[in-house]
Amino acid sequence: MAILVDAGTRVIGQGITGRQGTFHAEQSIAYGTRFVACVTPGKGGSRHLYLPVYDRVADAVEATGADASVVYVPPERAADAMLEAIHAGVKLVVCVTEGIPVLDMVRVKRALEGTSTTLLGPNTPGIITPGACRIGIMPGLIHRRGRIGIVSRSSTLTYEAAAQCTATGLGQSTVVGIGADPVHGIGFVDCLKLFLADDETDGIILIGEIGGVEEEAAATFLGEARPSKPVVGYVAGTTAPAGRRMGHAGAIIAGGRGSAREKLDALRGAGVIVPDSPAEIARAMAQALRT
Amino acid sequence: MDIHEYQAKQLLRPYGLASPPGECAFTAEEAELAARRIGGSRWVVKAQILAGDRGLAGGVKMVASEPDVREAARAMLGSRLVTPQTGGEGEPVRRVYVEAVCQAASEHYLALGLDRTASRVTLVGSDAGGTAIESVAGRQPERISHVAVDPVDGVNAADARRLATDIGLGGEHAAEAERLMIGLYDAFVAYDASLIEINPLALTRDGALLALDAKMSIDDNALFRHRDIEDLREREHEGRLDRARHGFNYIALDGDVGCVVNGAGLAMATMDILKLHGGVPANFLDVPPAAGRDRITAACRLVLENPRVKVMLVNVVGGGITRCDVVAEALASACRAAGRPVPIVARFEGVNRELARKVLRDTGVRAVHAESFGDAAARAVRAVAGER
Repeated sequence: MAILVDAGTRVIGQGITGRQGTFHAEQSIAYGTRFVACVTPGKGGSRHLYLPVYDRVADAVEATGADASVVYVPPERAADAMLEAIHAGVKLVVCVTEGIPVLDMVRVKRALEGTSTTLLGPNTPGIITPGACRIGIMPGLIHRRGRIGIVSRSSTLTYEAAAQCTATGLGQSTVVGIGADPVHGIGFVDCLKLFLADDETDGIILIGEIGGVEEEAAATFLGEARPSKPVVGYVAGTTAPAGRRMGHAGAIIAGGRGSAREKLDALRGAGVIVPDSPAEIARAMAQALRT
Repeated sequence: MDIHEYQAKQLLRPYGLASPPGECAFTAEEAELAARRIGGSRWVVKAQILAGDRGLAGGVKMVASEPDVREAARAMLGSRLVTPQTGGEGEPVRRVYVEAVCQAASEHYLALGLDRTASRVTLVGSDAGGTAIESVAGRQPERISHVAVDPVDGVNAADARRLATDIGLGGEHAAEAERLMIGLYDAFVAYDASLIEINPLALTRDGALLALDAKMSIDDNALFRHRDIEDLREREHEGRLDRARHGFNYIALDGDVGCVVNGAGLAMATMDILKLHGGVPANFLDVPPAAGRDRITAACRLVLENPRVKVMLVNVVGGGITRCDVVAEALASACRAAGRPVPIVARFEGVNRELARKVLRDTGVRAVHAESFGDAAARAVRAVAGER
């Protein structure tokens, strides 16, 4: 069933009565995603996009049996929206919002502990299982149903990888944006586990970028798991100039600088196929699947 | 947003961080008067820049007379300080901090930051204070101690005592160190900090803990609830931070291929692939998804108006709320305004890709259209060499 979302996924939209939320919800509905309700505090009882609007996530879940939620709420209130969805027991929460204070996300991550909710994002383009379900803001038309799983920290670079897979005829099983913020929900390792266990996924593409050590953690996991499915990796920022730094704590706490070179070396060391050029991601995958 | 040492010390004082008496000065004369008011016979004059390792670059000077304070300040003010943390261009020194010299019995390291892996705020400390802390962390990791803080419980007293002992502030100093750690964590949360670093934290002969330096950064995303902090923003400094000036992320580089790309990851990947083909980017530019046409036009003009730019490489994958045709329209008006013909290699993918090509054709913008990412980079490099 691909991963995390399929044609049966029932979605509520938090903050989709606004302009951008409406635009993207309409696109998702047109793509075939089963939106079942909207949640906007103060607008309960009305209708939007032919859907019932509720004041609270819990009410929307109870009335519709929704198992996923997408959050387009502005950054000042996005953490509260996520907490509400977590407390209402929503299984998958996708937060598109960009610019959420980091300490708000520290609280949200803490609230996720011990729950069965999976959080995607924030600052994610979302998730798409082509032809079945699109939650977020990914452009539907560049995707084709296929057998490659893509997991990425970036947004437009994810689209690039997906477009390459479509152009080479590989298509995608599911494309997951884990979000570009330092504190976010599901990470590379858990997505890799889901893709490795998914019988509709034959190969996995992992797209990282400079900063943090999550690519290194993915490399450690893959090095131990030694998966039978090929994994192609790319990390953006090999040529990024070193920026100004403030103090030493960042490097000491992370235990590494998070440079593209360090990440690529770690991935290569774990058996990940790393093409020289970001334009060769899908071709590298096609080649790996042939051999 | 980073703030200066003297500002950090002021903000953290109510949270229990003590520091030697000091004053900020904008001129050499002010510095001398500050030294007189502070009193004593030895002072340290410190360049106030928003980066570390100043001591290694002549940005920290010990002096023993008021006229020497003036001369040290005169030498620093108006200069550019290049430290291992500033990048090659360095940082201009517009103010100095004059502080009484403190005799430390021992120097320690104490900082708070975000542990991305644990998704927690983390206290990190060492008994080895000073600028060599990163090499200590690399060579003697056992001298670095961490405590991840549960956001529900705050700093646990037992953890704080353990950390105090680990960093050489155990025994009679433990209670004081514990109070400081809890206070700094409270400040970190109250101000939505992303960094508080006290290095060195001095233990004086009479058993007091004093911050000899303090670094503090505030989470930009949280500034909406800290208007008072935003008032500290140094306008002239932010002029260099182009994001604040233009509303998008633009970094000037030294090559000749101007890059217009949407999304930070794709923008970095475009620079990577350009270098792979032998080209050199003139800039990093991430056109943000929510940017309107005028903002994108301004971004394109910034790229075109760089005299070094010989070729413009446009790599746009439409999606989210970014439409290729809107970028093409902005590009066309920027070209009209720039009044200098720059060859354009454009690669449009995703939402309204075909419409974007039509927009360029209809507005008379001559662009070479590339079919793929790699093709675009290769064509841009060939265009620089004069082959079309």
